[in-house]
Amino acid sequence: MTALDEVKIGGLGSSRRRVEDNRFVRGKGSYLDDITLPGMLHMEILRSPLAHARINSIDTSKAWAMPGVRLVLTGETMAARNLAWMPTLSYDTQAVLATDKVRFQGQEVACVIADDPYIAKDACQAIVVDYEPLPVVVNPTGSLAEGAPVIRDDKENQPDNVIYDWEVGDKDGTDRAFAEADLVSEIELHYPRSHPSPIECCGSVADFNRATSKLTVYLTTQAPHIIRAAVALVAELPEHMIRIVAPDIGGGFGNKVPVYPGYVAAILASILLERPVKWIEDRTGNLISTGFARDVYLQGQLALRRDGKILGVRMNTLADHGAFFSDAQPSKFKIGLMHSAFACYDIPTAHLQARGVYTNKAPGGVAYRCSFRVTEAMFFQERMVQAAADDLGMDQAEFRRRNFVRDDDFPHRTPFGFLTDSGQYAKCLDVGLEAIGYQSFLQEKEEAAKRGRLLGIGISTMTEPLGAGNSREYDILGIKMFDSAELRIHMTGKALLRTGAKSQGQGHETTWAQIVAHELGIPAEDVLVEEGDTDTSPFGMGTYASRSTPVAGAAVAMVSRKIKAKARKIAAHLLEISEEDVEWELGRFYVRSQPDRGVTIQECAAAAYSNMPDGMEPGLENVAYYDPPNLTWPFACYIATVEVDPETGVWDVLRVVAVDDCGVRINPMIVEGQIMGGLTEAYAMANMQFITFDEEGNCIGANFTDYLLPTSWETPGFELHEVVTPCPHHPIGAKGIGECAAVGGPAAFVNAVMDAVKGTGARNIDMPVFPDRVYQALQTGQDVSGAPPVRAEA
Amino acid sequence: MLKLRFASPEMLVDINEIPDLAYHVRDPDGAIRVGALCRHADLERSTLLAQHQPTMMGAAPVVADPIVRNRGTLVGSLCHADPQGDWASVMMALDASVIAYGTQGRRSIPIRDLVSGPFQNTLSYDEIAVEAVVPPPQGVATGGYLKLERRVGDFATAGVAVAIDRVGDRVVRAGIGLTGVGGSTIAADDAAAVLIDGSLSAENISEAAELAAAAARPHTDHRGSADYKRQLIRVFTRRLLNRLTTAGEEAA
Amino acid sequence: MTSLYEEMAPTPADEVPVRQVTITVNGERRSARVEPRLLLVHLLRQGFKLTGTHIGCDTTNCGACTVLVDGTPIKSCTMLAVQADGHDVMTVEGLAGPSELHAIQEGFKEEHGLQCGFCTPGMMLTSKALLEENPNPTEDEIRWALGGNLCRCTGYQNIVKAVMWAAEKLGDGAVSTAEYGDGEVTA
Repeated sequence: MTALDEVKIGGLGSSRRRVEDNRFVRGKGSYLDDITLPGMLHMEILRSPLAHARINSIDTSKAWAMPGVRLVLTGETMAARNLAWMPTLSYDTQAVLATDKVRFQGQEVACVIADDPYIAKDACQAIVVDYEPLPVVVNPTGSLAEGAPVIRDDKENQPDNVIYDWEVGDKDGTDRAFAEADLVSEIELHYPRSHPSPIECCGSVADFNRATSKLTVYLTTQAPHIIRAAVALVAELPEHMIRIVAPDIGGGFGNKVPVYPGYVAAILASILLERPVKWIEDRTGNLISTGFARDVYLQGQLALRRDGKILGVRMNTLADHGAFFSDAQPSKFKIGLMHSAFACYDIPTAHLQARGVYTNKAPGGVAYRCSFRVTEAMFFQERMVQAAADDLGMDQAEFRRRNFVRDDDFPHRTPFGFLTDSGQYAKCLDVGLEAIGYQSFLQEKEEAAKRGRLLGIGISTMTEPLGAGNSREYDILGIKMFDSAELRIHMTGKALLRTGAKSQGQGHETTWAQIVAHELGIPAEDVLVEEGDTDTSPFGMGTYASRSTPVAGAAVAMVSRKIKAKARKIAAHLLEISEEDVEWELGRFYVRSQPDRGVTIQECAAAAYSNMPDGMEPGLENVAYYDPPNLTWPFACYIATVEVDPETGVWDVLRVVAVDDCGVRINPMIVEGQIMGGLTEAYAMANMQFITFDEEGNCIGANFTDYLLPTSWETPGFELHEVVTPCPHHPIGAKGIGECAAVGGPAAFVNAVMDAVKGTGARNIDMPVFPDRVYQALQTGQDVSGAPPVRAEA
Repeated sequence: MLKLRFASPEMLVDINEIPDLAYHVRDPDGAIRVGALCRHADLERSTLLAQHQPTMMGAAPVVADPIVRNRGTLVGSLCHADPQGDWASVMMALDASVIAYGTQGRRSIPIRDLVSGPFQNTLSYDEIAVEAVVPPPQGVATGGYLKLERRVGDFATAGVAVAIDRVGDRVVRAGIGLTGVGGSTIAADDAAAVLIDGSLSAENISEAAELAAAAARPHTDHRGSADYKRQLIRVFTRRLLNRLTTAGEEAA
Repeated sequence: MTSLYEEMAPTPADEVPVRQVTITVNGERRSARVEPRLLLVHLLRQGFKLTGTHIGCDTTNCGACTVLVDGTPIKSCTMLAVQADGHDVMTVEGLAGPSELHAIQEGFKEEHGLQCGFCTPGMMLTSKALLEENPNPTEDEIRWALGGNLCRCTGYQNIVKAVMWAAEKLGDGAVSTAEYGDGEVTA
């Protein structure tokens, strides 16, 4: 018998085409807004036009009087049921519907539930709210200024707008390093507010059934079990009578992790009306009120030795969280994993000081393909590295090479306390430099400069921690961040796999089956994968921060191994030999001394139902909960080349090269799809995506006319390369990959533009690097900030 | 407007089914007439415009996005009177007019008289616009349109329409329209005037570019400073005019 | 649809206008009574239960709602249902033949031209119209034609490949091996 070909059965390394596509290309996906239940009503939200105002009164009488309106909810009606405020995933509270005042433009003030969405919107327009404007704060400077309005006057022990002060690293050691430095390189910049903006907005269909006392909520969520726990907490309903179902999701990117007021209001409405209630937001609601990303200021310094060695790192970050601290992130780390910065460089000492403040804006900060603030960490890192190399007059690639952790230096403890386990950073950089043609581009750049053309090249190298995370250090609201997989092999050898993850386009229905194929030799097409229903899936913490392959994927491997162990016993029984004499090859157990004698895994499955060994429990199924021993450490090198038009500041991308190491690639095609998606987000953030505010707190960027997403025309092409360093602790050697390019990519583009305009003296232009900002840098030689407020002048 | 609930008209009259309005033609005397239901996409694909009307040809592909162009119309865009509309500055540079048809019969409205403010046109309540008319060129029609859009479908940060009629090397008629740099479309008349009767030289191109920038009345906002927008006007005017010189054509 | 019984909505107030429209959707004549302000996309999704057409924005930018009206890509969120009266509409549900997928649908599968799938119906219909007008588009021509359809997941590179795959298949029926190897892995 010849062994099965792993790639042919859809195992690891196979670019099998996606199972999900069968329904998506037919338009038969089942997204939230496709769900219609008998008797379903529709909910719309009335939002505040003001950024900061006291609510004097709300008159809903005209809304109630409109035909087709079934229910109107205000903060007052929510408060009567203790639901006007809810806990956030960061141990703060957030208003569901405003009671005393509104704290950001777009905040939810009232809800109307009606027979159809048009009537609901009509009725919202008929609600009259009497606002009394209050002074507005749109940036941290404003929050911290003397006499600033206290935004969270609803909280006890909150005398000002500071949420937290946090630090990590060695302050004294770092101060000493700076004192000894030959040169200190410093940079100040702002990573602007951005928004994940998946094409599908957020929504829910809440269905409370009085007859069964069961609450079913269909919800756009990346983490159904977290939602179930949150609903049990907030609505005080028993957890076993709550079922959360995440249907097909049209993109998540972190936008669909938090618990939004609309969900809570829809649930209450359904309980009160005893009918299903659907709430689906519009794009404006999505951009103006749901979890935004980033908005962090950095003061960064590197202590340098003349020969290019980094002696120490100082980072001082200030995060603008909006009106409520609602980040979904591991609770121990107030600024997420910002301190994962510089993990790929061998640095003796570092110190990070972080502060978070409230402002009159939508709540958030952690979202958008960010791996818990690692986007900020790596952007800051590579911008600091670029500035330092320039300050030293050293080549960008050479400076990085001199400071990388060497291949034989692992395990390596970073000065911020992370433990990296493997990496080939120099090789990764070399592959990138070779692919872009580094030396010849530098020459081309010099030639072009003589003719007045501005070319630039930007490098970004990094390793980032993915796969949160081990139970010693990682939890959200106290729940540890393990994940799970449950596998049932039917009697004909087909299988059903359910996990605690939830794909929003990552292709889990395709890739998890590949792991089972790898472990058990069952063809991937024989494995049905389901996710998202808390009644049937084992408990998991969901899919975000690129944690699914590292954690849920590992659980899939582990549960397959548990099943294989039982199948081995069955095989021994069927072959009438002892277990020690059983050997395994893909899909088959055989007698060591007689390889031709064997049984397939399918035959073992059949036997589990019809011919069990004495004393063995029938059936062939199991569940595994996986607590990862460590994070995984993918690494990458991204290089972009650009040309800047000196007369208009417009920059065009010439080439983008990406070298990624994510360990073993389950499905190369899907991995590359993730990288290209991430690179596009990186380009978008560097070039055009922007949410800002004017002095009154009006949000600019609350629709697609102002918040710009790149189309196929602007988006550059990508050249992808790979390095493969298997993860030493992951069961199949895989690492996370979903967010790497979004994390490391932006710096490549910004570094390239800054390189092109280097001659002017400007060291930083904040993202998005709009043409007018480039032009300003070229004219003035000064740094260009993009921090709010944006000023408008006639 | 309706979807965002900025407008709640009691009655909407859909003109899309009116026959015989989807044309665009070139009359024997060289005038170009565009019917009210001629879509941006028709103009984008037009061999007629490609041969005879480079200013319009320059704008057609960059109005909105390809799918919106299947539905939107030039005449509709002019009547919508968005200060950031592309066609308005093209028509301004071409000295076009709009034909209105109503209970009082037909009348011709010069483009400069069509708009009374942002999103407000001078049609009376019992008229509809049926056609836009570009007068015959006085010589060979040349020109183009450049705008800065940060992505396809973005409104212009700034835009310039240039329409130059030449007999041989001599400019006999010139028009320059500016998009996005004022409360309404701007006709840069002084800039156009310096080009008349001369040939396009580096000096008068540069002068025209400066005068066009001076005619702009931009606001500083999230798209950029007023100075920056003036710079775009200056650069686009110069580049469009340079393209029309023999050197420019060779370089292209 | 049956004429055996039909539940009636509560009688609308006198001033709520109602119009009857008849639209040929995916080759089938379908009628409905609608308010004049009802958007075409809502009639397709809620009225005709064709939920493959999606809504992604409120400013006519994203293109997730793209359908073909008389063969031309139109954003159905910016057309009133009454404006489609008497016209032909194709939605994604009308792409596949009775027994097989349209080449474009196959191309998107083969070249990993979708991830979450939300923008995909619009992308495919715009692509179909493109290939009918231009059977051998260059990469630039494809990117230009898709400028009204936004995608957040794929970065567009594989969408371009998907359209080129479909162009090849529609052209001569033969397709050079897709980059990711023989797509016909048995599993």
